[in-house]
Amino acid sequence: MRSILPILTVVAAILVLWYAGAVGMNAKWAQDQAKRAGVELSTTQLVADTWSQARPRLPAPHQVVAELWQTTVQKKITSKRSLVFHGWITLSATLLGFVFGTGAGILLAVGIVHNRAMDMSVMPWAIASQTIPILAIAPMIIVVLNSIGVQGLVPKAIISAYLSFFPVVVGMVKGLRSPDSMQLDLLRTYNTGGGSTFWKLRLPSSMPYLFTSLKIGMAASLVGAIVGELPTGAIRGLGARMLTGSYYGQTIQIWSALFAAAILAATLVGIIGIIQRRTLKRMGMM
Amino acid sequence: MSDAPVIEAKDLDLTFQTNDGPVHALKGVDLTVNKGDFVSFIGPSGCGKTTLLRVIAALEHPTGGRITVNGMTPDEARRQRAYGYVFQAAGLYPWRTIRGNIKLPLEIMGYSKADQDEHVERVLELVDLKGFGKKFPWQLSGGMQQRASIARALAFDADILLMDEPFGALDEIVRDHLNEQLLALWARTQKTIGFVTHSIPEAVYLSTKIVVMSPRPGRITDVIESPLPKERPLDIRDTPEFLAVAHRVREGLRAGHAYDD
Repeated sequence: MRSILPILTVVAAILVLWYAGAVGMNAKWAQDQAKRAGVELSTTQLVADTWSQARPRLPAPHQVVAELWQTTVQKKITSKRSLVFHGWITLSATLLGFVFGTGAGILLAVGIVHNRAMDMSVMPWAIASQTIPILAIAPMIIVVLNSIGVQGLVPKAIISAYLSFFPVVVGMVKGLRSPDSMQLDLLRTYNTGGGSTFWKLRLPSSMPYLFTSLKIGMAASLVGAIVGELPTGAIRGLGARMLTGSYYGQTIQIWSALFAAAILAATLVGIIGIIQRRTLKRMGMM
Repeated sequence: MSDAPVIEAKDLDLTFQTNDGPVHALKGVDLTVNKGDFVSFIGPSGCGKTTLLRVIAALEHPTGGRITVNGMTPDEARRQRAYGYVFQAAGLYPWRTIRGNIKLPLEIMGYSKADQDEHVERVLELVDLKGFGKKFPWQLSGGMQQRASIARALAFDADILLMDEPFGALDEIVRDHLNEQLLALWARTQKTIGFVTHSIPEAVYLSTKIVVMSPRPGRITDVIESPLPKERPLDIRDTPEFLAVAHRVREGLRAGHAYDD
């Protein structure tokens, strides 16, 4: 519980800056409105107005929290305005993409560790794939897949997988290579084949690396799913919420979608963290 | 059992090619180890004692000369699982219990479940770790971990036990205790043991044959057949016979210019 005080201090500092920022950024609109109506605003009135506009440049924290509350708890989850509904759309694409990406990442890593040709050839391509802006490639993936009749969840999941396989490849290659020469020599003295070496030594040794990669991969996967919703005119999902919010100047909606995404990411990464701690503890590796 | 030597090396050479030119790890090594021998390889670092043990285990391959293990090439002997190897670190898998660690070679070699359990129980008793099978490595002291790794090397009934400074990382009191236990284990199992060390008392206390080596190039400078009896209490180390052997080992090391640097 000793860590709670520093955390609260940082949160408080952010809130102070945020409220101050809201005053600064929304003041012009408030004063323009007042001038048009021919009223003079006192400082208190000005501040109160900047924190309660319908379409502020920067919504105040309590506005975002209120919006989050209304669109999660107070709406039916089947409603088009429910963030739970949109969150689920994005979450399902995220999880499917995460599974694709993790699977592909592990398979590539196994190939890289066991096959010299793959060792020499795959990694440069994997790195190159991550230098292409995802925003540029996402519409093409959607268009290409659409033309062969694949729509809905899968294209977004593939964009997620495209982002999340990379940390898994890098981490797993390192993890599968983590056994030292003494441990490999020990297995050689038993005349152990590649298969047994993999299952009995390399794979268990790679677990700490895998979990670290999974955390990064999960976050990347969520980003991928949101980005997959942005350039495609999607009407459902957190990405679509942000996009429609920006079309109609609904900044509060954008911010609440952003926070929903952040909360979702934190939860997912937290769940992996719990599994990581339990697994590694049981394996005697922490 | 025939009287053919278990390990026989003739004019063995091993040269590593490095960026700084060739390194003669072994040069002109002749060695005969008979069944039931306890052979220590002693010398300063860089004398090739570990390399020689690794050549016997087919973990390194000689660049010249001839070596047989059980009358076969080391590679064939390894494929027949002729030896158990103990490294300087116990190297137990943290995710396996002691029992699971000892089972590792048995699983790889395809023993049946019942055989595995029987072998594990037997070697646990041999190294005096009965009742610790369900513990995890981190719950055991360094000495106990090393004993578990010896049990792992003994589990599949190889006739040869190769040990590369197995007690090098342990303190002297634990080491004395383990040396005593190792002698008892050797007497019970009749294994042929190759033992790398850089401790003169350890080599003299344990061995029937002491191979003294020196570096640059790695070679054998003396082979001492120990006159000590097979029965060796720890205080044998204060007897004149013991000190005489220790003295000869020290002379052998000096003759190899091992103290030059």
